[in-house]
Amino acid sequence: MTENGTTDAGVMLETATGTGLRRVAIDPLSRVEGHGKVTLLLDADDHVQQARLHIVEFRGFEKFIQGRPYWEVPVMVQRLCGICPVSHHLAAAKACDMIVGAPVLTPTAEKIRRLMHYGQMLQSHALHFFHLSSPDLLFGFDSDAARRNIVGVAAAHPELARRGVLLRKLGQEVIRMTCGKRIHGTGAIPGGVNRSLTQAERQELRARLPEAIDWSQQAVHLVRRLFEHNLDVYRQFATFAANSLCLTRADGAMDLYHGGLRARDADGGVLLEAADYGEYWEHILEEVKPWSYMKFPFLRRLGPERGWYRVGPLSRVTGCDFIPTPRANAERLEFLAFDSGSAARSTLGFHWARMIEMLHAAEVIADLVEDDDVSGSELVIRGTRAHRGVGVIEAPRGTLIHHYRVDENDMVVRANLIVSTTHNNQSMNVAIREVARRYLDGRTLTEGLLNHIEVAIRAFDPCLSCATHALGQMPLAVELVAVDGTIVDHRTRF
Amino acid sequence: MLVLATGNPSRGDDALGPLLAERLEDAALAGVEVLVDFQLQIEHALDLEGRRCVIFVDAGTGTPAPYQWCDVEPVADFRHTTHALSPGAVLATCLRCVDGPLPRARSLCVRGESFQLGAPLSAAASRHLELAWIALHEACEAAAGAGAA
Repeated sequence: MTENGTTDAGVMLETATGTGLRRVAIDPLSRVEGHGKVTLLLDADDHVQQARLHIVEFRGFEKFIQGRPYWEVPVMVQRLCGICPVSHHLAAAKACDMIVGAPVLTPTAEKIRRLMHYGQMLQSHALHFFHLSSPDLLFGFDSDAARRNIVGVAAAHPELARRGVLLRKLGQEVIRMTCGKRIHGTGAIPGGVNRSLTQAERQELRARLPEAIDWSQQAVHLVRRLFEHNLDVYRQFATFAANSLCLTRADGAMDLYHGGLRARDADGGVLLEAADYGEYWEHILEEVKPWSYMKFPFLRRLGPERGWYRVGPLSRVTGCDFIPTPRANAERLEFLAFDSGSAARSTLGFHWARMIEMLHAAEVIADLVEDDDVSGSELVIRGTRAHRGVGVIEAPRGTLIHHYRVDENDMVVRANLIVSTTHNNQSMNVAIREVARRYLDGRTLTEGLLNHIEVAIRAFDPCLSCATHALGQMPLAVELVAVDGTIVDHRTRF
Repeated sequence: MLVLATGNPSRGDDALGPLLAERLEDAALAGVEVLVDFQLQIEHALDLEGRRCVIFVDAGTGTPAPYQWCDVEPVADFRHTTHALSPGAVLATCLRCVDGPLPRARSLCVRGESFQLGAPLSAAASRHLELAWIALHEACEAAAGAGAA
């Protein structure tokens, strides 16, 4: 097995060649942003046997990074993704900390980075909930797609929509202050940071945080009410048993910036505890399947069939022993206890967990703003130079791994990134399969089925963006393809 | 007025927006503020507050070469597989979430050909950039002059 952790496992059923299965393809077309496509494999009785989610992943990023000096990497990698550039920035900076021999930073550097990271968490979770998922949840999965957006939310719930925009803006302001710029910031550097906060900046944030904490907690309560009002649907929607993976602090607390790897099985049994992510390949391998650009990570000790796992807010909130801020921890306990734990097992529980994390992020930011270390002047340290660096962080969508090797001339000679959406690859396939089994009716692709598949995918908040875009249309095309390749149904949604 | 340019400088012709923004910043026209981001998001609705006019600048693949001007109206054309918004969706978000009148909005979409990670600007896009810069500069001067008057 290689340090890269890649293995080429068997083809299994996924190729579906000669198995007598029929394919149903749901294909969002795009030009350059990256796209997803869903294929449903039916058996002879028109029952869904498998689901395949094809996502065009970041392609060419290793080549993009290789041959560059390592100190450029934390800035460069922000251009991999327009959705979570700060997560890539920090994961790369943590990897470079190992290269410059600075596994432990100065208090100021670590707290500025944490502030930056929790600002990213706040803005990303606010965007996802208020812009992408709340329209589904507030209007229902079968409602008109044209209404299921933030403008629809704003029309029906104007204050809620405004809060979403302002929470997002606050997170962006934290990032601007800690990174130096709104985008393409350079705040984190190998061995530390290049700036700290002024008193004026702290005061500006301080004034806005009580409201942000209240709004975040109210968002948690909104999701709870949605569960209460739709309990039967939320209990069973795309629900399945899965292993989970996340970072946790040494005492078991949630820590989104740093910690050891913890994996649990669906019943909470320990699969991995406080594992050193600096040698993640000892615990996580990646399987290649012929039908997908995206790899399938799995826990080495369980193998590819049983070792796939789920990452992200649901895994973190259920996987930690406690959340080290009071309001978020109280909400976590409510979440775990709700309906005998059904919300914590539900795919839609992602939304509830995400809002608990948003509340936690706002609380952490408030604590850090009051900590004088964030205005300190000791920003960088250096130690014994190494040739390998691994940085792992809990990004908004889940565990993010950056791994670099550098040569004697400081040039990156090898890079491996495992992004959150890749960790969730198999889990998203299973979620779609469960939805399709319930809502696919014979050989017809209905709007209702499309809506439900979108809701299942959206719960994971996969990043289909590759930080590029262009003006124009991006239709959702749907094809129903028979076993002989004949298209028996076609539908496009603009 | 605000010029809001979007694009990823490391993805070939997607750099058209940021490159035009860079030139505009260097020109330092009075009354013209320039913002650059990877893609449009909901918080950009707040950047429109109190503006008299806004120009969205971006690269496009299907647009006529070398560039195309379009008026932008608020429209809820949210995509299904992206976190990003269109200019019309930003206006629609602004209409609902921000007090005050909407700015007059136009988009300058410059034709790009190649969007690969790490790729340089294509030859065709380089030509389009020069022509689009003249158009953008004239439009900003005219708008800024009208505002001053």
